[in-house]
Amino acid sequence: MDTYSILREFADSWMLLILTLVFTGVIFWAFRPGSRSIHNEVAASIFRNDDKPATDPADRPNEARK
Amino acid sequence: MWDYIKLIVLGLIVVLAAIAANYARDPAYMVNALTIMLAAGAVFLWTLRHADEPKPVAPQNEYFDGVVRAGVIATALWGVVGFLVGVIIAFQLAYPELNFEWAQGYANFGRLRPLHTSAVIFAFGGNALIASSFYVVQRTSAARLWGGNLGWFVFWGYQLMIVMAATGYLLGATQSKEYAEPEWMTDWWLTVVWLAYLAVFLGTLIKRKEPHIYVANWFYLAFIITVAMLHVFNNLSIPVSLFGSKSVQVFSGVQDAMVQWWYGHNAVGFFLTAGFLGMMYYFVPKQAERPVFSYKLSIIHFWALIFLYIWAGPHHLHYTALPDWAATLGMVFSIMLWMPSWGGMINGLMTLSGAWDKLRTDPIIRMMVVSIGFYGMSTFEGPMMSIKAVNSLSHYTDWTIGHVHSGALGWNGMITFGALYYLTPKLWNREGLYSLKLVSWHFWLATIGIVLYASSMWVTGIMEGLMWREVDANGFLVNAFADTVVAKFPMLVVRGLGGVMFLTGSLIMCYNLWMTVKAQPERASDNAFVPAE
Repeated sequence: MDTYSILREFADSWMLLILTLVFTGVIFWAFRPGSRSIHNEVAASIFRNDDKPATDPADRPNEARK
Repeated sequence: MWDYIKLIVLGLIVVLAAIAANYARDPAYMVNALTIMLAAGAVFLWTLRHADEPKPVAPQNEYFDGVVRAGVIATALWGVVGFLVGVIIAFQLAYPELNFEWAQGYANFGRLRPLHTSAVIFAFGGNALIASSFYVVQRTSAARLWGGNLGWFVFWGYQLMIVMAATGYLLGATQSKEYAEPEWMTDWWLTVVWLAYLAVFLGTLIKRKEPHIYVANWFYLAFIITVAMLHVFNNLSIPVSLFGSKSVQVFSGVQDAMVQWWYGHNAVGFFLTAGFLGMMYYFVPKQAERPVFSYKLSIIHFWALIFLYIWAGPHHLHYTALPDWAATLGMVFSIMLWMPSWGGMINGLMTLSGAWDKLRTDPIIRMMVVSIGFYGMSTFEGPMMSIKAVNSLSHYTDWTIGHVHSGALGWNGMITFGALYYLTPKLWNREGLYSLKLVSWHFWLATIGIVLYASSMWVTGIMEGLMWREVDANGFLVNAFADTVVAKFPMLVVRGLGGVMFLTGSLIMCYNLWMTVKAQPERASDNAFVPAE
């Protein structure tokens, strides 16, 4: 088989399957149990460190560590 | 020691550029070489004057905002230049006499058109993306920008690329690929600058103090990496001479067309969409003072966009030599893009839920909301136009131009204006903007300008599409091409007027930002004196 046909067959079968699985996996990962508190934490992260960098991870008083 | 190495390298560049200018085979190449010579010479003099001075140590307890400030200024200035050239070419189309005889070959429509598209996309949009990404990645990583002066190299290197591309267009250097017109020397230089940009951005992410990477950074990073990949593949060309601007593409025929629109559509998808979504996911929540509506939705938005956009390019090549299956694939993926686009739009708009009253009091929020609205509208229109049956009517007509501008002026322009209004008082430490009333003026001028632009292009686009395909009872075409040009005249004038309104709004913005820095009192800050840590 010529290169085009080999690549075409691979793209149509295994690569398509892999990409579809990775994509659905990512979606399910976003909905995994326990993700809500992490996501709320990240969504709120833009409201701190507005004027200067954090000095040390331990110094952040409003960091919600659970 | 480092200074001496720098001086030697810069001196060599000056001499080599001068030699290249001397041997130049065409004026565009000569001007590019002279530009490089002057730029390297200026850096040489600057380094020489500051050689052996003690270098100030970059304070790690402060953000590196100098380069962001420069980026804000450059964005505003290039914006005005790009919009102005757009208005000029809009009137050149309505009144062909404006292609002056004395300016033929330099300032006629064909030369100015790529200048306009590159100025607004890469100079205005690119500077907005670089500046805002440097701002956002520092704040969300709680770390100073990585790489020290590499940030300045990215900024000035990018401006040099813009000047080289712009002067090249006017003097006729083009590889005739839409949105990838710059010739090989500009392409190579941009590759260097872009890799430095990637290094600065990634370096900052790697040394972040926050445990998670905020979603805006994902969009910015996807934009930087994908643009690097697209740029390299679409510009695989071999220069005819090292001393001339002409180059020959490695791909040919339909493969070249396919690679070009793989690049071209993902310049839209990753430069004008993913990058600007990074802006949206930071500046809209900040201005609304509430976190993004759904962080989960933003993750899905990101991955769906990344997985789908990259396949949509072939819809630019319906009914061409491209195989039918490839065109159908592009069309199907374009239609699937409806879902992530609208998910993202809903996510941006619903961030305001519970704060809708801000629409009445805060014209910056209003600008951002209209911008997200246009994002939704143009991402609805785009997939619709990618359907083969619709495309057979819309392709090659002004409808396409209207679609591009509702996205570019509405979505990219308005979100950038919102970000500039947000950034300027922050970066110069000012007590709010100089005038909210002027922001309102800018808002209404820009919005009405876009509406005039888009609606006149719909009318003229569908009209010329229908005129081109009109046949009489015997199957002969009814209209000559010139008939459609005559019929389009009133709409072309309205389009130009819409552009004038948009340009006026941006001038008002520049005045407002200037007065904010010049006349507003300093922000009373609770951390004016940062203790030495």
